Amino acid sequence: MPNANLQVPIGPQHPALKEPTSFMLTLSGEKIMKAGIRLGYNHRGIEKACEARTYIQDLYLVERICGICSHSHATAFSMAVEECAQLEVPRRASYIRSLVGELERVHSHLLWLGVAGHEVGFDTLLMYTWRDREVVMDLLAMLTGNRVNYGINTIGGVRRDVTSEQKLKILEGVAVLEERTKYYITVATEEVTLARRLSGVGALSHDDAIRLGAVGPTARASDVPRDCRKDDPYAAYTEVPVNVVTDNHNDVYGRTLVRCGELMECYRLIRQLVENLPEGPIAVKAPRKIPAAEAFVRYEAPRGEDVHYVKSNGTEKPERVKVRAPTLANVQAVAHMLKDGYLADLPIVVAAIDPCFSCTDRLIEVEGSARGGIMTWGQLRAYGIEWHRRHGVDFSRLNANFRAGEDR
Amino acid sequence: MSGENAMTEERAIQAELVGKFPFLDGRMRIARARRMFAEAPAGQAGEVLGHLQERMQFSILCAITGLDLGATLGVIYHLARPSGIVLNLSTALPKEKPVLQSITARFPAAAAYERELADLLGFQVQGLPDGPRYPLPDNWPAGQHPLRKDWTAESLPGAPRKRD
Repeated sequence: MPNANLQVPIGPQHPALKEPTSFMLTLSGEKIMKAGIRLGYNHRGIEKACEARTYIQDLYLVERICGICSHSHATAFSMAVEECAQLEVPRRASYIRSLVGELERVHSHLLWLGVAGHEVGFDTLLMYTWRDREVVMDLLAMLTGNRVNYGINTIGGVRRDVTSEQKLKILEGVAVLEERTKYYITVATEEVTLARRLSGVGALSHDDAIRLGAVGPTARASDVPRDCRKDDPYAAYTEVPVNVVTDNHNDVYGRTLVRCGELMECYRLIRQLVENLPEGPIAVKAPRKIPAAEAFVRYEAPRGEDVHYVKSNGTEKPERVKVRAPTLANVQAVAHMLKDGYLADLPIVVAAIDPCFSCTDRLIEVEGSARGGIMTWGQLRAYGIEWHRRHGVDFSRLNANFRAGEDR
Repeated sequence: MSGENAMTEERAIQAELVGKFPFLDGRMRIARARRMFAEAPAGQAGEVLGHLQERMQFSILCAITGLDLGATLGVIYHLARPSGIVLNLSTALPKEKPVLQSITARFPAAAAYERELADLLGFQVQGLPDGPRYPLPDNWPAGQHPLRKDWTAESLPGAPRKRD
């Protein structure tokens, strides 16, 4: 059969990504002539839910927008609310926020490097980077008590201080990670197979990156030197300047080099933040009710610019919370990158923006199923425990401990 | 950074905009360093936005926020200069006829933001290129806009009643 244009739907569930999104591709043979993207499968109703909750409850809710850059959302939201309330966050708190932010970037970029390796059949790289990533996960767990949703922020500052022993452990961990990253940079620049597999794939020219509004490493790999930490500094970045890493390969290879370069820059920043951590309090008391105001915050998340807009109305609940996560800004660029590429390159091209569709979609209202109905939190927990018991897993002992913990 | 001297760029932007668009006089404010707010009358936000992009280096569209303001629907274009200054350009539209012109010809990335305005708040965006809706499901009932203040999950046809 001649290469007539063929429409192929891919997704929303598919092997390339862990999150749902749907592509409608028009193919001529192996070549993608046109790519359409349908998003929204992770829409959870978070912006609407924020309006019905207090600022502190919202802080924990927005932290769960994303499982990777959770600190980005929590920090951006905190800063927006603090600006509405005209709170001056102590310098030490700002430094701790930036410190956790940079550790989060290390964890996110190492995770991405592994996923990128996996998408091109280089699973050794996945195993190596994810093993090394445990070093930074342990540091985050040590500092915050959690591996992913750190819960370090509060309105007015941070909830946990950093001790001098912890500082030493961070510096030790960073030394290990820096050595490993140097090795990955050698692999990326000298391993011919990897460079050839990634070069020219998912092309995005400098002008297109600007025109389509690309953000983060995706934009910086097309030589667009944009980084909110430098252009619109916040937290400790007003005192600790960032060197923006760019590359002009304009393809997936460039995006790999940018992220490797950013890892090295993260280590430098982490050392500087740890060594210059100012003394003083870690939070100021925030009022429960926030006076009517509005604030717009830009935060450089690992994937790019994350923006939060908060409008307060004098009550303890916000009038409006708007989130635009970096992936939504990069979606137009992805459709453009896929065009004229090969079908087999789709996984790595999409993975190269480090997409996060949970971030992007945020909101959905659950439609009631036939069995459904609305459960309270207690009913849901009881249902879950009973379901597992019926399937042979008994949580009742754990449950008793949990209750004991709750009572304390 | 927030010192008075550091805000000369912001003040120059304000003076230039008010000079070009007298209707912005008294409707602009500089909230802090790099944060400006401007409020355009209905129907005039488009020309201000065009001027900002073409002549004043506001080449970055960070996001578009839609708001239910009670009697009206609000929309805020969050525009930024590469130097870091953000101008939040807002306008309000009547709730019974919230018709907005698409800005996708200027900012292609606006498509997703404008589809959000249509789905979640019920804006009618004219000139939006064809494409799938976002972010609500294809079978979402017409006329249900979750970010409207009077909307609750119980408004959905067939939704389970809330238990006490």
